[in-house]
Amino acid sequence: MNIIANSEIETLEGEQGNFRVSVAHKPRFIDPLTCTGCGNCASHCPVAAVDTYNKGLQYRKATYIDYPQAIPLSFAIDQEACIGCGLCEKMCLAGAVKYEDQPSTTEIRVGSVILCPGSEEYNPGDLDHLSYGIHSNVVTSAEFERILSASGPYFGNLTRPYDRQEPKKIAWLQCVGSRDINRSKNSYCSSVCCMYAIKEAMIAKEHAHSDMDCAIFNMDIRTFGKDFEKYYNRAKDQEGVRFIKSRVHSVVPIQDSGDLALQYFDESGELREEIFDLVVLSVGLQIQPSTIDLAHKLGLELNASNFARTGTFSPVETSRPGIFVSGVFQGPKDIPESVTEASAAACAAGAPLSGARHTETRSVDLPEEQDISNEDLRIGVFVCNCGINIAGGVDTKAVTAYASELPGVAFAGINLFTCSEDSQNNMKAIIKEKRLNRVVVASCSPKTHEPIFMDTLEACGLNKYLFEMANIRNQNSWVHGGAFDAATQKAKELVRMAVSRSATLSPLHEKQIPVNKRSVVVGGGLAGMTAALGLAEQGFECVLLEKEAALGGLARRLHAAIDGTDVQAGLKDLILRVENHPKIQVLTQSLVVNFSGFKGNFTTEVLVGPGMYERKIEHGAIILATGAQEYRPEEYLYGRDERVCTQLELTDRLEQSGARDLKNVVMIQCVGSRNEDNPNCSRICCQSAVKNALHIKEQNPEATVSILYRDIRMYGLLEDYYTLARQKGVLFFRYTPEDPPRVEATAEALKVSFDDPVLGRRLQADSDLLVLSAGMRAQDTEELASVLKAPRNEEGYFLEAHVKLRPVEMSTEGMYVCGTAHSPKLIGEAVAQAKAAASRAISLLSQPYLTLSAVTASVDSDKCAACLICVRSCPHGIPRINDQGVSEIDEAMCHGCGICASECPAKAIKLNWYEDEQLMCKIDALLEEAV
Amino acid sequence: MRLTYPPSLKIIRVPCTGKVDIIHVLRAFEKGADGVAVVGCLEGDCHFLTGNLRARKRVEQAQKILDTIGVGGNRVKMFNLSSGEGPRFAQYAQEIYETIMELGPSPIKQPRHKKAA
Repeated sequence: MNIIANSEIETLEGEQGNFRVSVAHKPRFIDPLTCTGCGNCASHCPVAAVDTYNKGLQYRKATYIDYPQAIPLSFAIDQEACIGCGLCEKMCLAGAVKYEDQPSTTEIRVGSVILCPGSEEYNPGDLDHLSYGIHSNVVTSAEFERILSASGPYFGNLTRPYDRQEPKKIAWLQCVGSRDINRSKNSYCSSVCCMYAIKEAMIAKEHAHSDMDCAIFNMDIRTFGKDFEKYYNRAKDQEGVRFIKSRVHSVVPIQDSGDLALQYFDESGELREEIFDLVVLSVGLQIQPSTIDLAHKLGLELNASNFARTGTFSPVETSRPGIFVSGVFQGPKDIPESVTEASAAACAAGAPLSGARHTETRSVDLPEEQDISNEDLRIGVFVCNCGINIAGGVDTKAVTAYASELPGVAFAGINLFTCSEDSQNNMKAIIKEKRLNRVVVASCSPKTHEPIFMDTLEACGLNKYLFEMANIRNQNSWVHGGAFDAATQKAKELVRMAVSRSATLSPLHEKQIPVNKRSVVVGGGLAGMTAALGLAEQGFECVLLEKEAALGGLARRLHAAIDGTDVQAGLKDLILRVENHPKIQVLTQSLVVNFSGFKGNFTTEVLVGPGMYERKIEHGAIILATGAQEYRPEEYLYGRDERVCTQLELTDRLEQSGARDLKNVVMIQCVGSRNEDNPNCSRICCQSAVKNALHIKEQNPEATVSILYRDIRMYGLLEDYYTLARQKGVLFFRYTPEDPPRVEATAEALKVSFDDPVLGRRLQADSDLLVLSAGMRAQDTEELASVLKAPRNEEGYFLEAHVKLRPVEMSTEGMYVCGTAHSPKLIGEAVAQAKAAASRAISLLSQPYLTLSAVTASVDSDKCAACLICVRSCPHGIPRINDQGVSEIDEAMCHGCGICASECPAKAIKLNWYEDEQLMCKIDALLEEAV
Repeated sequence: MRLTYPPSLKIIRVPCTGKVDIIHVLRAFEKGADGVAVVGCLEGDCHFLTGNLRARKRVEQAQKILDTIGVGGNRVKMFNLSSGEGPRFAQYAQEIYETIMELGPSPIKQPRHKKAA
């Protein structure tokens, strides 16, 4: 992967499969290849510039790294702020500062383009009634995020900007720059603000030293994501976060106190005032002008709110073939959805290019590994000055001299920057010349630099595990406040420890195993079929298992999407493509009965067809797309009165007999969702209700449609349909779960009565059709989950490996999840997740072989007493008792944590590279003369 | 961030606190360490799911043993933090340092010192 930072697309010519991109590189003034990230330049820079990463809450230098995780981790000069004093150029020992750096242009040729330009936060400066920019205690949510952060301007101490006091009362104002066409022109919902406001309130409470009052002023709380509602409930019921249904009228600073008075109308229409110490504006997301320019330049269609136009069945494809999109540019979304969509875009972008796979791969030729088993110890110690980062706090010469006297050390030397290219070449020459067979580098953190030095060893024919680092920078010279002698002494001790450990190291070899290129997809609905096609279109064979006799799943019951897309036509096309694809084999009426193996090498046994004949499938990856179904309500006379139906049944009715005969339709939201049985929000029902209500109004404008809701969750761009529905005269009434609507059946009508909090009185609607927005329920996958050992949440949805960063991977490597098997979602979202699952599977399957970590546990069978402690303690369930009656750990499946090794009472288990001796020798070396 | 903490702390790297064995902790005391801190991920956030919970149990066990033999269980302590919490690490380092300074040198070292005197 080639990362080109600080650059923009200038022009793009050509077509899918063959684009020419002209890339404009902005000058950075510090060469990222030479810069070691030591920070000497910044520490000497005399300029104070506004720290944009910390949202202007503090200053940084004109030479800077935006944030500690930045890639590349090298400095740049902020041209706007730089005074050109030349100090950084003089201080940079690596010679990386280039004042004369100029903009440049390069051309690259690519087959596909993926745009993920993201978004910016809405700037609330224009909303004068909220006092943002007028009073420093009115902050945006992004600023508050930095205030809470341990690496932020206040080091994670919760303080307000005005007087640096800890606030006791904080208000969040939702929908600032979202759902607002009056002041901001952003009609859509930003999707993420409700959830982040709750999160910020919860973290603020955690950080507070005494009771803290958190209030979130909102129109609707939109916690529609997987398990989000549970979090909302916890905030409300257990942590006492207050949720107030109101859009705040004005925020008025109270003179000199730093406090702010909030004026708002409560639901009964009464004007109220409440005083807060700090006000957080939950600002929405919007597309930057530069992205809009880029889209115009590339000839992409945008929608009215400037998001890229995409389709229901093609959620990551832009209007120009070969250009794909992911993240907020496609529509407002949160982290897991952005991550999912990014993988989906990779899948879509890769499909037309699969023929070119591996044609541009570069490989390194390594010399054959030398056998050191009969050699005496010859340890080389390389001490790094890191410019003056280490040399300024530690007497590195004394450390080097000390190291050269340690037992086994054949060489000790000093480098200005050990990681620089010339030092690396020099190191290689010394390793060969001095015939070193263990290498210790005393420099910085192994987290960032261990792989670089391990490569150096390999390039010399040395096994890379014959390497050890002593961190004398991050854990020493940087953190002892200039105590030079103490730090030098500590550096010697750290080097002594590292040398003693290096003596115990022996070569380890990473095993390579073949990868079976075939996949199994469980579930032949929209998601499963899309995933199967995603794999097949990139040349990977796929077996699609469906338990029913026909493909299609729940989508067979849908007619039109809310944007008018014909679902049946799309579905038919998909089924046709799946059934006719030579790489896809469809097995209907099939049931998974057995599953074994590990990533790249699974075996699944299936019973197929009415005859239940047995099939054994060898495959490398498995995707779960088992889907969900509509909840069958027990509430509100459903099944007992034929005038009561669900949204899906209404869809059928509208398709078959229209809405001409309907006079009064009442819809009740959250039936079978957000209750004790099923605490989560089903995400799609508000959209179904609005979609059907609009459909009724279109067919019969005279009909009255009333929607009884708790929170209308028309997230993202769906908000526009909610607005449209209100314009068309659809009536919305809010109810609370404590006082749900009551339904009474009479011969003439179904009488629905409910309390309206706005009017403050009880209303009754006579309806000829009562439509229940029945939530989604996961398919019954209990048996499948037990066969696959796949974890599910309480509601039966499969659990991803990480809710934010690994949203389609399961904890078993090589197993993926997508569609409504993961959580309720709309068609476009299910399609995106299915493509994402295919993409993640392909990144595993496209490897010629898998390289397993050498840091795994192994059992000495002579010592094993088969006590089962390892079997019970392994968090991943890997050890098993084999047919010889002793424990066995599959190195292909071991994650390398070492828990079993520590638990084993017979000390029969060792963890490679972290063997007891290899740790204890460090303890011994450290405490050499202590007793 | 380069926050300051006392240099008498030296770090030994393990893949997970789940790999920290009670014998490692006791070995350190046997060899004359005055205190041991076991630093792992936040509970519920272990990269290997349960490693830090096991480490906590072992630390508790080590504390009992150290109490029994008169070294003092409060010389070993488990800390939990996330990798993004530099300031908290520095705070914990200071905390264990101050605890140990208050307790003074480990009694294990004393007999030898007496002899030398």
